[in-house]
Amino acid sequence: MAAGDPIIRVSGLRTQFGAQVIHDNLDLEVRAGEVIGVVGGSGSGKSVLLRTIVGLNRQTAGSIVVFGQDTGGLGDVEWRRLQARWGVLFQGGALFSSLTVAQNIQVPMKEHTDLPRGLMNELTGLKVEMVGLPAEASGKIPAELSGGMRKRAGLARALAVDPEILFLDEPTAGLDPIGAAAFDQLIRGLQQSLGLTVFMVTHDLDSLATICDRIAVLVDKRIKVGTMAELMQDDHPWIREYFHGPRARAVRREQT
Amino acid sequence: MTAGLMETARRGEDIVLTAAGAWTIQAARALDEGLRALQATGAKKVLIVLTDLTALDTVGAWLIARTERELRAAGIAVDIGGAKPGHQALLTRIMEAGQPPPLPPEPGFHLVDIVANTGEALIHGGRQARDMLGFFGAIVIAIGRLLRRPSRIRFTSLVSNIEQHGLNAMPIVGILLFLVGIVVAYQGVGQLRRFGAEILTVDLVGISVLREMGVLITSIVVAGRSGSAFTAQIGTMQVNEEVDAIRTLGLDPLEVLVLPRMLALMIALPLLTFFANMMAILGGAFMASQNIDITFAQFLSLLNQAVTLTHFWVGMIKAPVFAFLIAMVGCFEGMRVRGSAESVGRLTTQAVVESLFLVIVFDAGFSVLFTYLGY
Repeated sequence: MAAGDPIIRVSGLRTQFGAQVIHDNLDLEVRAGEVIGVVGGSGSGKSVLLRTIVGLNRQTAGSIVVFGQDTGGLGDVEWRRLQARWGVLFQGGALFSSLTVAQNIQVPMKEHTDLPRGLMNELTGLKVEMVGLPAEASGKIPAELSGGMRKRAGLARALAVDPEILFLDEPTAGLDPIGAAAFDQLIRGLQQSLGLTVFMVTHDLDSLATICDRIAVLVDKRIKVGTMAELMQDDHPWIREYFHGPRARAVRREQT
Repeated sequence: MTAGLMETARRGEDIVLTAAGAWTIQAARALDEGLRALQATGAKKVLIVLTDLTALDTVGAWLIARTERELRAAGIAVDIGGAKPGHQALLTRIMEAGQPPPLPPEPGFHLVDIVANTGEALIHGGRQARDMLGFFGAIVIAIGRLLRRPSRIRFTSLVSNIEQHGLNAMPIVGILLFLVGIVVAYQGVGQLRRFGAEILTVDLVGISVLREMGVLITSIVVAGRSGSAFTAQIGTMQVNEEVDAIRTLGLDPLEVLVLPRMLALMIALPLLTFFANMMAILGGAFMASQNIDITFAQFLSLLNQAVTLTHFWVGMIKAPVFAFLIAMVGCFEGMRVRGSAESVGRLTTQAVVESLFLVIVFDAGFSVLFTYLGY
């Protein structure tokens, strides 16, 4: 898939829980090879959108096309094949608490590939190194790791079978500014060297400014997409408030 | 997209390794075997040609990087050429990573582990007993403080706990003990009939229920129902740092969380036991009326001859002690929760097992004591 082609296409999406409508007639295109940041107020349905695309939530109406396949009409086998082509990093890392970091990384490898044992161990070590964890972390269980390390380990698991799309749910939430900046750079570096498409739900203005190619804003149950510069010109009240608020100004000052 | 292929050719003292197709995770198994089988002895130089590569992921890049490193280590020069810019960037990144240290070996099972595990469990058990004794002491001190200033008893919490752990437990305890009464009477009739002493069924039901069964089975239900709830409630509060919040507000978690639960259970369990005793006797009377034609009124008058108040008190006196044990273990394990939600589940199980163990050990102790005292 060439860079710039739509790799995820969401059209006419409607999600609702009971009578509460979260998304209404929402359209979104994610292009191959880009980092797209999804922002929106608390409860606007950012995480729900992510969960709907990866199939953890069922939409009420609308279609989601990933790699040119409509996810609604897939059989079990095709669905599993599709799942091997994306990786998801949940907010707290969502590591399996009874397994070591190395075993966590090997779960998708064992499920989706037929790699020989020796190569699997070598690759696990490589992934641990790539996400910037010390080698001795691979033998530890999640409870022995700090929050930041847990996220890195979760990222290593998401990257275990070389996905083409990486979904990140608030990757920098709960990290200190230095850790968050390092994590941003890690994602950017991996995205460039591995040619990933990154779909990132975030609250972090710094992440948006430094690593996102485009920004998708969830307002009024729909999405508005644009670059940071384009969205600065938007006159929707929430978007104005978001990009012109005191925190955004501080970020912009650093940029210039 | 063709799967990853490799071809080797010897050109004099050089080996040319041509990689073609998609070197991705799907082809990794075959490529791994092919590269490991590479015979380079005697060669001076290996040329790795990547011109025909259509796709490369970290697995493919790792295989190339590993081959390069191993050949160099064997003193053979390696030249990698023809990579597309995107592939070259990935390859460079992976080569920079170098050789990650091998993973720590997964623990195998050895016979000596049995000994080690036994020892570890023993030491752990000892520590556990010591810590619980410490907790017991802390509770005694807290109770002492509370007795000096009874106004500090948290009545709302106390009453609410009595409702949850006493009143709400009545249906389950009642049904269970009614059935126990039936079972004891039924078994008793069957055995005693052989001696023509069916009538003694009344004694059997009365004495066994009042002295042992009533309080023991009620305690088992309460340990499963309330002891586990104490651990889960306090444990969840530990995970949410609520217990720390209580401390920073200048309050004593023992006074706020533990004592109301403990006092509530020490009030509720004796009441429940009394109720349980009545239900079990009712069950026995029902069975007797069905099986040996003793009417309810006859049953009561026979019971009056069979049991004395001593039997009743021997059972009842145990209830507050068992309540104390169940509440202490439940709260103790709850306070020990650290970190994750996973430890809440583990310690809840542990709390139930430990409180049942203690209840039965103390019950045996009481039996010995009462025999010695002649009750």
